[in-house]
Amino acid sequence: MKLNIEGLLVYFPYDYIYPEQYSYMLELKRTLDAKGHGVLEMPSGTGKTISLLSLIVAYQKAYPLEVTKLIYCSRTVPEIEKVVEELRKLMEFYTKETGEKNNFLALALSSRKNLCIHPEVSSLRFGKEVDGKCHSLTASYIRAQHHSNPSQPVCRFYEEFDAVGRQVPIPSGIYNLDDLKDFGRKKGWCPYYLARYSILHANIVVYSYHYLLDPKIADLVSKELAKKSVVVFDEAHNIDNVCIDSMSVNITRRTLDRCQTNVDTLQNTIQRIKETDAAKLREEYRRLVEGLKEANVARETDIYLSNPVLPDEVLQEAIPGSIRTAEHFVGFLKRFLEYLKARLRIHHVVQESSPQFLKDIYEKVCIDRKPLRFCAERLRSLLRTLEIADIADFSPITLISHFATLVSTYSKGFTIIIEPFEDKTPTIANPVLHFSCMDPSIAIKPVFERFQSVVITSGTLSPLDIYPRILDFRPVTMASFTMTLARTCLCPLIVGRGNDQVAMSSKFETREDFAVIRNYGNLLLEMSAIVPDGIVAFFTSYVYMENIVASWYEQGILENIQRNKLIFIETPDAAETSMALEKYQEACENGRGAILLSVARGKVSEGIDFVHHFGRAVIMFGVPYVYTQSRILKARLEYLRDQFQIRENDFLTFDAMRHAAQCVGRAIRGKTDYGLMIFADKRYARADKRGKLPRWIQEHISDGSLNLTIDETVQLSKHFLRQMAQPFRREDQLGLSLLTLEQLQSEEMLEKISQIAQQA
Amino acid sequence: MAALSEEVLLVVKRVRQRKQDGTLYLMTERIAWGPEGKDRFTVSHLYADIRCQKISPDGKSKIQLQLVLHTGESTTFHFANESTALKDRDAAKDLLQQLLPKFKKKANKQLEEKNKMLQEDPVLFQLYKDLVVSQVISAEEFWASRLKLSSVEHSLSNNSKQEVGISAAFLADIRPQTDGCNGLKYNLTSDIIESIFKTYPAVKQKYAENVPHNLTEKEFWTRFFQSHYFHRDRINTGQQDIFSECAKQDEKGLKSMVVQGVKNPMVDLLSLEDKTLDEGYGSLTVGPNSSKTVKENSNSAIIKRFNHHSAMVLAAGLRKVDAPSDQASETSSTDGNSRDSDFFQPPIKKVKLQEAIEYEDLQNGSGPKTIALNLKKSDRYSHGPVPLQSHHYSTSQDIINSVNCIQEEISCYKPCLTRVMPSSAASSAITALSPGGLLMQAGTQQAVSQLVPTDVQSELKHLYTAAGELLRHFWSCFPVNTPFLEEKVVKMRSNLERFQSTKLRPFQEKIQREYLSTNLTSHLDEMIQAAYNKFHAWQTRRMARKT
Repeated sequence: MKLNIEGLLVYFPYDYIYPEQYSYMLELKRTLDAKGHGVLEMPSGTGKTISLLSLIVAYQKAYPLEVTKLIYCSRTVPEIEKVVEELRKLMEFYTKETGEKNNFLALALSSRKNLCIHPEVSSLRFGKEVDGKCHSLTASYIRAQHHSNPSQPVCRFYEEFDAVGRQVPIPSGIYNLDDLKDFGRKKGWCPYYLARYSILHANIVVYSYHYLLDPKIADLVSKELAKKSVVVFDEAHNIDNVCIDSMSVNITRRTLDRCQTNVDTLQNTIQRIKETDAAKLREEYRRLVEGLKEANVARETDIYLSNPVLPDEVLQEAIPGSIRTAEHFVGFLKRFLEYLKARLRIHHVVQESSPQFLKDIYEKVCIDRKPLRFCAERLRSLLRTLEIADIADFSPITLISHFATLVSTYSKGFTIIIEPFEDKTPTIANPVLHFSCMDPSIAIKPVFERFQSVVITSGTLSPLDIYPRILDFRPVTMASFTMTLARTCLCPLIVGRGNDQVAMSSKFETREDFAVIRNYGNLLLEMSAIVPDGIVAFFTSYVYMENIVASWYEQGILENIQRNKLIFIETPDAAETSMALEKYQEACENGRGAILLSVARGKVSEGIDFVHHFGRAVIMFGVPYVYTQSRILKARLEYLRDQFQIRENDFLTFDAMRHAAQCVGRAIRGKTDYGLMIFADKRYARADKRGKLPRWIQEHISDGSLNLTIDETVQLSKHFLRQMAQPFRREDQLGLSLLTLEQLQSEEMLEKISQIAQQA
Repeated sequence: MAALSEEVLLVVKRVRQRKQDGTLYLMTERIAWGPEGKDRFTVSHLYADIRCQKISPDGKSKIQLQLVLHTGESTTFHFANESTALKDRDAAKDLLQQLLPKFKKKANKQLEEKNKMLQEDPVLFQLYKDLVVSQVISAEEFWASRLKLSSVEHSLSNNSKQEVGISAAFLADIRPQTDGCNGLKYNLTSDIIESIFKTYPAVKQKYAENVPHNLTEKEFWTRFFQSHYFHRDRINTGQQDIFSECAKQDEKGLKSMVVQGVKNPMVDLLSLEDKTLDEGYGSLTVGPNSSKTVKENSNSAIIKRFNHHSAMVLAAGLRKVDAPSDQASETSSTDGNSRDSDFFQPPIKKVKLQEAIEYEDLQNGSGPKTIALNLKKSDRYSHGPVPLQSHHYSTSQDIINSVNCIQEEISCYKPCLTRVMPSSAASSAITALSPGGLLMQAGTQQAVSQLVPTDVQSELKHLYTAAGELLRHFWSCFPVNTPFLEEKVVKMRSNLERFQSTKLRPFQEKIQREYLSTNLTSHLDEMIQAAYNKFHAWQTRRMARKT
């Protein structure tokens, strides 16, 4: 249908529309009009992606000079591919309606592992290996060698792309990862570099967060993207952690040992080159003296060696004299390494700030701040000069150099914690130096500053006001949308007690309590008897799940559950879990029914949807608080309190509730879907917890479902499931939660729609 | 005559049947009765033919046993030996009681099957009526060839019957019970054993290897329950344990399952993340956790075990279904052109993606879901079957070329009419085609459906099917290479003759009475005549060989 969103003609590729989609588009348009940033929460399964795409594409078509590009960031590869497929659907609709050939270029970008078509390289299993192998075939000096010595292997796809691929732009169209590969195969071009090159002139780019948020990659990939772009972060409820992760470094003793080997290798290589080809080193030195930057073209393939700090923090001056010659630099690295080793030889925990660390290093080994800042840059230059083929071997030394540059660049927002041993095993020495970022706004700041509109959206962003605070930006729109429902297809229940009236809770004091564990088991057992097909249960942590499973096993609860359903359990091993997941789906598919025991914050809870019969009930055992004893977390909480005036408890609860909401939200993926959401912890009943759940879940928690016993839960669930099992037709939804174009245009409906969005 | 080789299980003297004294014999496969002083049985029933036996009430003066046959007939034996009559009758009754169920199953099944076939197939039923009820051929002959056909179908349909899966909790059902004196008792049923075998093929193998050569069955299961394999949460499996190998095999199986990876890319957690952080980055350390306690290890072993167990149970339920489809996919890949089929089958990833982005309620019904046409060889689909020539295979381009070629030739084709055919042939063709000519008679016969009344038509149809059936029997005897077939062919010929005289002749006469063209049955006659000819030829040859 064609919609009129405040004067903008929007093509929407469906015959019907949800009211909240219309409302969402309204808010989004206001954000774009204001050229500002927005935070929008809309329940999953209400067609958020297609609404976003429809509106932004329409905006781009209407005002091609105002918005030139859409950068759509999502979290996982399947998500990325889904977005592109939805986009394809939209574009097909455009072509059908307007009859014009679509002149949009949209493409997905992913890592080499997902795009490589080189027969040998692509057969490698791990992303790192693929990157390393690719590098060894495409690095600038390898290609230079190939010119003089044709027996040096290079990647023919890259060579072909480099020779002709840049002249002709890729024809307009929608390119998913597989389409890029097909196109690459047809032309004989490398799809990865083709995609990286093409994002510069593409109308829509879909890739993962890292390409924008991780400075190491963003600088290489996303540097030249136009300012007049709209950036969308989908599934953004975890965006702060992505920001933090990309700028934090951990150094163990093992890292340092491997670093030592790296330094030795470097020294030997320098020695050898000095004897054979001293001119090369002299050339490098000359270049460094003149402060010449390497040509961009040559850098394209040298992804490993990028700078870890944000572009505006990189010093635009020549590398200081003390580390200009190769030997001096290696000597410098050695000193730095020895210093770090000495720091790791401790018996008590040390926590200090970056300036303290710099002061200490100056006093102990006379290393200045400035050469440290150039450490990453200098190492990159050296590795290139030495023509090191397998860069992957040098990841430890690269890590150390990144640490050096980061610690000397940022004096605020970071902390250094050195722990001599793990908390659980105080007898085993395992010193780790954590250099952790505490301020997610550091990494995302350039994004907000650079692009005219940044939209943060997800199904679970409650409470909305906390994101602008921790990410330090000022949104023009903040809105949370509910899900209009013709039938209440979600049923959140808070179970607080067992049938024996013992309170159920995963809080630290009672979590090992026999009665609590048994009650949790009984809850699962009872539910397994009444819920059809699939049940997903989430635990607060992996260790906790292991313990509970073990005691359920001993008590024979698991065996009783097995009478009703098969049991599959998430393990720390991703491959094993994948298999369990597939078997779980198979068991749901063939009618046997199954239970998946999983972990909040785990991979399953973040990336896998349990649509329809794959998840008729989700049980959240306990409140998934993060492990609060961690020093890094404590430091971060302190920082949040001092900098952003966010109380520790508020943040912890917020964090726990967003993960709980993520978990239970996995089961509902649309209005035709239905599912039970069981919160098994009495603490959920408290207003401060409940109030932090997304609005679309909160709305359906009645006072009657606050502190239920297991029996009551079973009764309510039975009732709910029986109701949901009735046929559900379009007519039931029409006019309430599903609208035709005519219905949408009525005054009354527009009035109603304006209430869907709740401004924060 | 055959009775000589039969084992006689029971002989009861002085049994009356139809007021005649005689002896009752119960043999392994039949019951027989012969009158006093005679050397043959006047009554003989196979056990399979007997539906049930009835006995007279105890108080009655006559002590009788009645056999009711499936055909509805019944035979009554009166035990006349005053002193032992009751005992005799009971002996016979008990023995019959034991014997009948053995045969009953088979008989019933066959009978049911026959019944079902007749009910389901009206043509067959008519045929049955025509041939068997009118006693052209006997029932056995009629079914002899039928059942073979049906048994094949039957076995097929039997295969596709749904297998009963395995309860996931079968191990839970063997909860040990203490027997009071420091021991444990496990209750093991054959169902559970089967479940164990199905789920853990390794145990089955062990069982086959060790029982009964090395261990008795009981010992085997005792060891099974004692072994660490069963109690998997204990980690270190002893070396002596015969099941330690099973555990290893299971481990291997689990590993191979994991290595195989998953088919559905949407649940592949390995490729979920686009760009993992390099080692050493990130806020959480997930270093190698070497410091696991024994307890934690055993916990994770339990978890592994549950995953494995569930997977095995699931697989055991699906194994049967999977096997044929596996085979099918194998054959399809070997017949060449697999690339072609790849091309037409949307990859699983595409399908899953489409599923994931679908909003069924936002869309107007897009029509019923259709099944994609899965073409192994698209060329063949568009050209129809072409005899496969090893060296010459015409592609579509070839065909298009040749079509063009022919079109071209036709466009410049000039008929040379004087040289088409000789004048004599032309004139005879003209006469044949003029009214009253040879070829024009056919025109009158075309309306045969209107000329002949419907009852005659249906009768003719029945005659055709009956004759067809008989002829099928007849021709199936050739080549005649066994005495049995010889016998049958002779019999079939007489059957045919009988059919001709009892069925065909009256029909022909009837047609004649109604002044219809006798042509109607000429084809039938021809067919039967052909059979006679064949029989004649065969007989003369046989005679010639004999003399």
